[in-house]
Amino acid sequence: MSRLTLKTEGDTHIIVTRRFAAPPEAVYRAHTDPKLIQKWMLGPEGWTMPVCINEAKPGGKFRYEWTNAKGQGFHITGEFLELTPYSRIVHVERMHLPDPTPENHVETKFEPDGAGTLMTMRMTLPDAATRAAMLKTGMEHGMEASYVRLEGII
Amino acid sequence: MHESFNLDAAFTAMADPTRRAILARLAKGEATVMQLTKPFEMTQPAISQHLKVLEDAGLIAQRVDGTKRPRRLAKAGIDAMDQWLGMLRKALEKNYDRLDEVLADMEQHKKGAKR
Repeated sequence: MSRLTLKTEGDTHIIVTRRFAAPPEAVYRAHTDPKLIQKWMLGPEGWTMPVCINEAKPGGKFRYEWTNAKGQGFHITGEFLELTPYSRIVHVERMHLPDPTPENHVETKFEPDGAGTLMTMRMTLPDAATRAAMLKTGMEHGMEASYVRLEGII
Repeated sequence: MHESFNLDAAFTAMADPTRRAILARLAKGEATVMQLTKPFEMTQPAISQHLKVLEDAGLIAQRVDGTKRPRRLAKAGIDAMDQWLGMLRKALEKNYDRLDEVLADMEQHKKGAKR
């Protein structure tokens, strides 16, 4: 039983939804506080995020670096466009592999859902071909997974 | 059967933006070298070199059509990429399961602080 949904919309969007037992304030904080992000945004087992720099304010930059025991690694850089505590985050990001991927525009909403939160993440890629390439290469959104990390699993 | 699919080679092949764009183009249907060269402002030999890398990685295949050699996505490559999408989903689920724990800890802390 999975509470995650992942689907495409139109030509350029990818929509992810997930429900959490905690209120929007906590989920929002877990998405903006580097110390909290480092605890969960790690993808498959074996990866850590030694660098998590994050200025959670409009125009603020962030940089997340991942590494594994084999010494493989990659990073994501991005900028925050809008932040509405505790309901909405809008940012752009790109993954460096090491060539930067096309920019992914991401809107993340946190809505009260009973005692918990419904998170809806809407990603917008520059065009249909880029989204297709991202989906096909498993780089879909750059936030949590990439084929770099998947490499060890297959 | 794994055909000629090689994950390391596929990984290297897909680390290049031009090659990713070629894959995206081929996801829409097969194309000749000429058709693939057009949108990239690159020479035909340069594109052919990229195609060779993709082909060696098992991501694309070619067939003979008179003097043309149209390229298409290879089944092994597509399967592997579909698998990656599944992996991505798993990675996401893993992250959010961890986030559930982080949130539970935060809640615990809050209760502790109030005491």
